[in-house]
Amino acid sequence: MLSFENVTIQQDDFSLVANWQAGPGQRIAVIGPSGAGKSTLLNALAGFIPLASGHIRWEGQPLDELTPGRRPLSILFQDQNLFPHLTVAQNLGLGLDPSLRRVDSAAVDRALERVGLGGLGNRRPAALSGGQQSRAALARALLRARPMLLLDEPFAALGPALKAEMLALVEELAGPALVLMVTHDPEDAQRFSSHTILVADGVAAPPASTEALFANPPPALARYLGT
Amino acid sequence: MARRAGALIAAGLAALTLGPVAVVLAQAGRGGVGTADLAALRFTVTQAALSALASTACAVPLARALARRRFAGRRLMITALGAPFLLPVIVAVLGLLAVFGRAGLVNGGLRLLGLAPVSIFGLGGVVLAHIFLNMPLATRMLLQGWQAIPAERLRLAASLDFRPTDFWRHIEAPMLRDVLPGVLLAVFAICLTSFAVVLIVGGGPAATTVELAIYQAIRFEFDLPRAATLALMQVGTCGLAVALASFFTTPGGFGAGLDRQADLPAPGGWRQLIDFGAIGLAATFLALPIGAVVLRGVPGLASLPAGVWPGLLTSLLVALCTAPLAVSAALVLALARAHGARWLEPVAMLPMAGSQLVLGTGLFLLVFPFVAPPDMAVPVTILVTAVMALPFAYRILLPEARVLVADYGTLAESLGLCGWAALRLLILPRLRRPLGFALGLTAALAVGDLGVVALFAAEHGATLPLVISRLMAAYRMEAAAAASLLLVIAAFGVFWICDRWGRAGAEL
Amino acid sequence: MKSLKFAAGLAFVATSVAAETPVLNVLTYDSFVSEWGPGPAIETGFEAECSCDLRFIPAGDGAALLARVQLEGARTDADVVLGLDTNLTAAARETGLFAPHGQAPELDLPVAFEDANFVPYDWGWFAFVHNRTLDAPKNFRDLAGSDLKIVIQDPRSSTPGLGLLMWVKAAYGDEAAQVWKDLADNIVTVTPGWSEAYGMFLEGEADMVLSYTTSPAYHLISEQDDSKTAAVFDEGNYMQVEVMGKLAASDQPELADRFMAYMLSDAAQAVLPTTNWMYPAHVPAEGLPKGFETLVQPTKSLLLGADEAEALRAPALEEWRAALAR
Repeated sequence: MLSFENVTIQQDDFSLVANWQAGPGQRIAVIGPSGAGKSTLLNALAGFIPLASGHIRWEGQPLDELTPGRRPLSILFQDQNLFPHLTVAQNLGLGLDPSLRRVDSAAVDRALERVGLGGLGNRRPAALSGGQQSRAALARALLRARPMLLLDEPFAALGPALKAEMLALVEELAGPALVLMVTHDPEDAQRFSSHTILVADGVAAPPASTEALFANPPPALARYLGT
Repeated sequence: MARRAGALIAAGLAALTLGPVAVVLAQAGRGGVGTADLAALRFTVTQAALSALASTACAVPLARALARRRFAGRRLMITALGAPFLLPVIVAVLGLLAVFGRAGLVNGGLRLLGLAPVSIFGLGGVVLAHIFLNMPLATRMLLQGWQAIPAERLRLAASLDFRPTDFWRHIEAPMLRDVLPGVLLAVFAICLTSFAVVLIVGGGPAATTVELAIYQAIRFEFDLPRAATLALMQVGTCGLAVALASFFTTPGGFGAGLDRQADLPAPGGWRQLIDFGAIGLAATFLALPIGAVVLRGVPGLASLPAGVWPGLLTSLLVALCTAPLAVSAALVLALARAHGARWLEPVAMLPMAGSQLVLGTGLFLLVFPFVAPPDMAVPVTILVTAVMALPFAYRILLPEARVLVADYGTLAESLGLCGWAALRLLILPRLRRPLGFALGLTAALAVGDLGVVALFAAEHGATLPLVISRLMAAYRMEAAAAASLLLVIAAFGVFWICDRWGRAGAEL
Repeated sequence: MKSLKFAAGLAFVATSVAAETPVLNVLTYDSFVSEWGPGPAIETGFEAECSCDLRFIPAGDGAALLARVQLEGARTDADVVLGLDTNLTAAARETGLFAPHGQAPELDLPVAFEDANFVPYDWGWFAFVHNRTLDAPKNFRDLAGSDLKIVIQDPRSSTPGLGLLMWVKAAYGDEAAQVWKDLADNIVTVTPGWSEAYGMFLEGEADMVLSYTTSPAYHLISEQDDSKTAAVFDEGNYMQVEVMGKLAASDQPELADRFMAYMLSDAAQAVLPTTNWMYPAHVPAEGLPKGFETLVQPTKSLLLGADEAEALRAPALEEWRAALAR
């Protein structure tokens, strides 16, 4: 169980509050107008932005003191998810052991197979297509096997078909993990997630049923959707 | 465009550095080098290599500590790192002796403890002096490397729970493989031509460098071809070092960042202790000799001879003309190199290994048939100082120029951004920090450089370093110490102004 | 309009007068020219009586002077070269660029001096300068046997360094190499020039420094400090005789002669002791400045002839290098 308890995030004159809970295994979309703070919410959860007040807990334990890498989550950024000077296999290995000393290469190979990159482990990221790079980053998240997966629009640059493919892959691989996905595309939300968090006007609303939300959009969402 | 301009400047640079050598070589004389010269070459290379290794070895932990720790006085310390490099040689040596010499602090302490004194003179002393002079420069160059790590990489590293050793292995080590060879090369080249320091601290003729052999060849034997041959040996050695360095340089390839702000991870525990230990040690090691220079200079400040002020003005004028000249030429070279003109590398480094005396002599021979050398004092000083300072500026600009071209080269091209617009909108803003540092360094070097000016000196209009050497020759050591302090203040002042401009708005 | 023409005419007259003023170029070492050296006083004094423009061209230190003369060769603008010492005059004569001076100077040197091309203007004894409190050695062997530390200059880059080389050679001949070997552990370091060595001595880095018997006069007269003195060596102290010579290519030969004569006049000679801190080649009528009488006087003066010095230079240098290169 992930809980945001009276959380306030403050950055210069921007602020965002959140006060809600989300259960394991859920697929939650984070949607809202540009600049409303979708990425900020995820970055605060991942530990890159300190909270001004409140707590974030996972299974009752506060996360506030944990560094980003120690938190029970993996995060995929919009870009730069792979080190360009390391091979794909090494990039995946970092998910198991950042020193790359105790890396089970069979596990890496299996993960590559599962995301459809079998045999490409020796390549550098630059030799992969955009979709393949996303798959590699996803494979690393798979290896890390953390109970939460945060997606900060990692597939934004991919075409519709490829993006749908990636979302299906996430669905397949994430299993029991809680997935939070930032998106600006309502279709993604509707296709992928049972629940949606609306971030607008300085508030990250509690997760609501996606279907219900889009059937009867609150004013902020309606403005965003242009309906 | 950038490549063509680069080629033009490189050609001019090669002509300016090799032309005078050729002129000197073409004069009548016996020429040829002997076994003593080969011994000198061996010693020169040994001391330069040791000095380069030691200086960089000390600089790495210091730069790392400065990059990842935040403490009061950090900015001041980073700026002050420019100071030792700018000291006139004899001033720096006297400062070092005040700490490590026979009557210095260290031996004073040893005597109090009833221990035998240690002597600074010898190869160890040469290396120590070179560490004092060059480690701060190396630190500044390395610090730039740390600061150039994009925030995106730091974020990714944090999200993957990199421990300090992992961070070293996957981020810092590749960065150093990119930056370190260039830093080593720069220090090596500086130490290669270091002459007075080596002789004074070296303790005797065993510490004979190629540059001293050149002095002997020109002054007592008047065997110009021999001097030119020796100078070419020196240049050849540096060329070899350039080749070695570029062989060992592997581009870090960290990719573009979006200028997001992020701090480097600052691990606690013993690592924190080590970092602050390194900072404390370095601060003490650098501050004590500089403090000695200040203390020696202060008593005479109130009664500075009048001749010092015109000297200061001349030096500042030279600096004002030299720095933009050197830095703009270096910028063009660095951008052309970043666009792939690999052959520029050795050319841009040429002046660093050039013998100042041979360069001056050659220029003198070129100029003399047409104009009276004293009439050319100021232009020649500006030109030569700019040429000599150029490699430093080039070294400072190159890494970030490469990043700039790799990250935004295509974007700029696709926008048709070139010429002045590119300079104003892309290059100046993106390279502002290294540009400020390079401007400051070259300006300060110009203030402090005596160099080849001696051959072109006029009766009036002496530069401040020349005034200082005149004061010393006239027994006025106290006035010379005060004038040296003035020189240090002036050099450091221009350095500080430029460096600050460069860092304005950039978090350090 | 009229006044403008008048002004222009006046300016023309002024420039043509200036153009007719003969110019005498004197190539010399840098410290001679500096405001603390003899240059300014000599310039004022000579210009007052020559109706000419005396211009000094500074050429680095003493050792750089000869190289400069050779670099410029016969095309030189210089009329007089001032500041060579006798260890370099043979090489200077060898260039064929110097003309006979044709003067019959009255000299007060401790040794007889004869040279067709070069005229001395000042001189000094090399000596190790030390603090008065030091019990100084009496000769090189004493020094080598003691654990006193000295700073010397490099004979390859400085004239005092070369002077010391000749001193040991003149005093010990074939034993010079052994003397240098014995001295090796007394030598703290070898500096490129005089200033560095003297500065290091003043900072306490050595007990003694190679300089001149006249050096203590500076401290006494300018700083009222009588704590410095110089050591007289019983094998004799080597001399440095600073000379000037006229260049054959000079376009002002007569003016050059007059300048060289002026340099030996009382007016010029009186300037030298307290600016160059050397003995004048000809003691002026009013005698030496007060304070010079306190200086130590070596009993024996050593000076190799120019040709002998030239012949000995290369082998002596090699001896020195081999003995000190540990």
